[in-house]
Amino acid sequence: MSASAVRPATVAPVGRRLSWAIVLPLAWVALVAFLAVTADWLPLPDPAAQELILRRKPPSTTYLLGTDNLGRDMLSRIIYGGRTSLIVGICAPFFGFLIGGAIGMSAGYFRGKVDLLAVGFIDILLAFPTLVLALTFVAYLGQSLFNVTLALGILSIPAAARVSRANTMAWANRDFVLAARTIGASNWRILTREILPNVLPAMFAFWLVAVSVIIVAEGALSFLGLGIPAPQPSWGGMIADGREALDVAPHTALIPAAVMFLTVLSLNFLGDMVRNLVDPRRSSL
Amino acid sequence: MSGAVSGAVSGGPLLSVRDARVGFGTVRGLLRAVDGVSFDLEAGRTLGIVGESGSGKSVLVRSLIGLVGSGSGAIVGGEVRLDGQDVRGLSAKNFRQLLGRDIGIVFQDPMTSLNPVMKIGRQIGEGLRLNRGLNATAAARRAVELLVEVGIPEPERRASQYPHELSGGMRQRVAIAIAIACEPKLLIADEPTTALDVTVQRQILDLLQREQRQRGMAMILITHDLGVAAGRADDIMVMYAGRAVEMAATREIFRGPRMPYTEALLRSLPRLSDPTHTRLSAIPGRPPDLARRGTGCSFAPRCTYRSERCEAEEPVLSREGGRGFACFHPLNASAGTSA
Amino acid sequence: MSDLLRMTDLNVEYPVGGGRHVHAVSDVTLAVRQGETLGLVGESGSGKSSLARALLQLPPPQRGSVLFDGNELTQMRGEALRAVRPRLQMIFQDPIASLNPRRRVAEIVAEPLVVSGVRDPTERTRRVRAVMEAVGLDPDLVWTRRPHEFSGGQCQRIAIARALVLEPKLIVCDEPVSALDVSIRAQILNLLEDMKARFGLTLLFIAHDLAVVKSVSDRVAVMYLGRLCEVADSASLFATPAHPYTAALMAAIPVPDPDIPLGDTKLKPGDPPSPLDPPSGCRFRTRCPHAEARCTTEVPPLREIAAGREVACHFPLIG
Ligand SMILES: Nc1ncnc2c1ncn2[C@@H]1O[C@H](COP(=O)(O)OP(=O)(O)OP(=O)(O)O)[C@@H](O)[C@H]1O
Ligand SMILES: Nc1ncnc2c1ncn2[C@@H]1O[C@H](COP(=O)(O)OP(=O)(O)OP(=O)(O)O)[C@@H](O)[C@H]1O
Ligand code: SF4
Ligand code: SF4
Ligand SMILES: [Mg+2]
Ligand SMILES: [Mg+2]
Repeated sequence: MSASAVRPATVAPVGRRLSWAIVLPLAWVALVAFLAVTADWLPLPDPAAQELILRRKPPSTTYLLGTDNLGRDMLSRIIYGGRTSLIVGICAPFFGFLIGGAIGMSAGYFRGKVDLLAVGFIDILLAFPTLVLALTFVAYLGQSLFNVTLALGILSIPAAARVSRANTMAWANRDFVLAARTIGASNWRILTREILPNVLPAMFAFWLVAVSVIIVAEGALSFLGLGIPAPQPSWGGMIADGREALDVAPHTALIPAAVMFLTVLSLNFLGDMVRNLVDPRRSSL
Repeated sequence: MSGAVSGAVSGGPLLSVRDARVGFGTVRGLLRAVDGVSFDLEAGRTLGIVGESGSGKSVLVRSLIGLVGSGSGAIVGGEVRLDGQDVRGLSAKNFRQLLGRDIGIVFQDPMTSLNPVMKIGRQIGEGLRLNRGLNATAAARRAVELLVEVGIPEPERRASQYPHELSGGMRQRVAIAIAIACEPKLLIADEPTTALDVTVQRQILDLLQREQRQRGMAMILITHDLGVAAGRADDIMVMYAGRAVEMAATREIFRGPRMPYTEALLRSLPRLSDPTHTRLSAIPGRPPDLARRGTGCSFAPRCTYRSERCEAEEPVLSREGGRGFACFHPLNASAGTSA
Repeated sequence: MSDLLRMTDLNVEYPVGGGRHVHAVSDVTLAVRQGETLGLVGESGSGKSSLARALLQLPPPQRGSVLFDGNELTQMRGEALRAVRPRLQMIFQDPIASLNPRRRVAEIVAEPLVVSGVRDPTERTRRVRAVMEAVGLDPDLVWTRRPHEFSGGQCQRIAIARALVLEPKLIVCDEPVSALDVSIRAQILNLLEDMKARFGLTLLFIAHDLAVVKSVSDRVAVMYLGRLCEVADSASLFATPAHPYTAALMAAIPVPDPDIPLGDTKLKPGDPPSPLDPPSGCRFRTRCPHAEARCTTEVPPLREIAAGREVACHFPLIG
């Protein structure tokens, strides 16, 4: 009777009215992603083609977003840069979540020594100053898209492990997990079939937020000169380049900064929405 | 202030509820949790409200005391009079006063109804200071007296403890002490013992009954346990799908239910007097979805006595021989008229 | 009748830090006979669920033996234990929590078959459909739906179907109707009785409601604070309780009949003690109306006072 018998309907009225707070971020992220994917087929000038006579031109009808310090088309660079930023932003946390998620789920499920070990590992990773770790890593292995992604991916392991550990713990105590054990299901089967599907939505929500964090982190690396190497454009790299001409041509830094800001904000909005959808108690984070 | 005077003069029922309605706007449409319930309660009597989960018992009493408000998106209707005074018409301030002084409430889970970070003695004294104007020392002294009264050993020590340091049974005793501290006229107990063990439940119900009799309070006792209602209530109101479907003196309900749902409920109970492996007469189906209410009697899909009329028309609670029931084909016709 | 399950001196303890332990189950010796329903009653925290889980080795008990169908479960690990599990199933109190919200009903009921190696999908489908029909679910209606689309009673039917699909010998039912509504309770109790007859099951039926226990149990065991008080056949236990706690429990039950006066539990005032620090000697002595000095110093052993009646009390009410 009582409490357990009538549960409030889960996931109820959130999706009823699609508010602007959802539509706009979704539209923006979709636009950025679409342009990044289709960049090669769009009528865009080469993002690396320099036209030094036409450097630092403000936005006009020929150069919709103006040109940068080396006279390269900003629009083209923003779109190709978006591709780089998104590749790093999506792949790095994906890598981190693969590893961190596995660590966190094992810790939350097996508890005991496994948990102790995992928590110790996470704490050690967290004890390093994040950016310094990434800088060292990239400086040591060399600047490349892959190495930057890898470095940022490692940085996202602790957060991913924590989220998955907390969620796994919450689900591992449920009776349906016990029921799976009474029928003799192996730990692997329980983890993948019973627990993982329940942990994934929360992980997905967190991953959206992680994407935005990584995009910013990539920007910070570039700003420090250790980001994706030139001439490949990235938003962080563009902001770093534009910094030199802030007084004469502020648009060279402000436009990529604004684009990055909007993207990160949108991703955070979406992440929050997904989290509310899958978990009204806002557990983990 | 004037409430008490006019109440004493009027001589009517202490609590009078007319056509109480509560609706919630949900994704699937308007959910009518309480759909036109009326009843009276005299001072000194206990009304048991029984019904299964989701039948609207809690929402009904919460709406009486303003706990289901417009804030939660609920639509509340109907008239509520306490001591002849129209409760719904009161200003917010007067309503709070009325709540604090004249109505005491005990909920199912004392862990959530008590403040976890306030000492027990202080929680009991709080109402006394706010509503009875006692100073801190007097309130503290009275709190200890109340702890003695609700049967808590070592009351002085307990008064300076926090709720989590007490067992479930003791917490519920504290909740009762808080509820009766200001000498209310009406005590509302919403499943006060559901979370407790049978032996502890017994003690808590004994305590509630004793306090109610000593103080001449009126009490509304909500329970889904027909056994609890049988032993403690003077009258019983049976709720089904947001409606009162039967209302009568306790003995009459148990001796000769008139509404088929009440009868079916009584017959489905396992009883200690039956031998082992006696087949229970289960009620088929389940209660209706309150947001998708059809026409006709809401019990019709599960009722063995239903006719075409039951599916087309909705029975209203009719009164016959001092008892009410909502059914076109009432049972125990002779028992009803002889009463 | 032979014993299908026999637990001997079972102990379950939970560490709670500071070197202290919750004594959830202490020295319980109890047998479940082939084909019977054994009711296990006790108040909240008396250790019923802990006992049930220890039987299933989830987790294994700290001490004691569990002999099931010729296997000593406490000595078994891994693959061997997994091979026994299909014969020993469990139904839980909260039907909604016992079903994975992200899986479909057909998958949930078929899972035991998949795990135990029934490869052929048509064979699985056939068996799942059969068991669904047996528990009163329409396979075509429920097949692809998820648990949250069902009421508590329907979820309990799904859980029962899952427990039955491997045709187990023993089902441990841990308060299977406590979370259900009065009007649904009788449906599920009847279903359990039907399934027991149809599949030749043995049941360990845990509940705190004496009337529910009586309606299904051939024999009843009463637990208090981790220890057994009394074990007897249902009829004689309810007619003449031998243990003071059983008597108090019976007197405390609210009877749905206003003409039966409330019984007197005769209990000393006060709350049940904490299982962290249970009373010495007889654990019931702090509330027992018949307690004497001996009850403080000496643990009353469970002993047979009449044929088929075992009581753990120095001064039983009968015999
Ligand atoms: N805030 C709310 N919003 C929407 N629906 C609600 C809300 N509160 C209650 N309900 C619904 O109103 C109906 C009546 O609920 P109520 O809590 O009164 O039942 P009850 O009879 O007290 O049941 P229980 O025995 O479980 O306490 C239920 O269907 C419930 O889901
Ligand atoms: N995992 C745990 N860790 C610590 N203590 C526990 C744990 N599980 C149970 N306990 C304690 O063990 C005792 C027995 O609990 P158990 O759940 O077995 O009782 P129960 O008889 O099933 O009660 P209920 O009727 O409430 O289900 C209780 O005091 C409980 O608080
Ligand atoms: S009105 Fe009809 S359907 Fe409703 S309870 Fe009476 S006989 Fe049954
Ligand atoms: S042993 Fe003593 S304390 Fe325990 S139940 Fe018997 S009489 Fe009571
Ligand atoms: Mg309620
Ligand atoms: Mg339990």
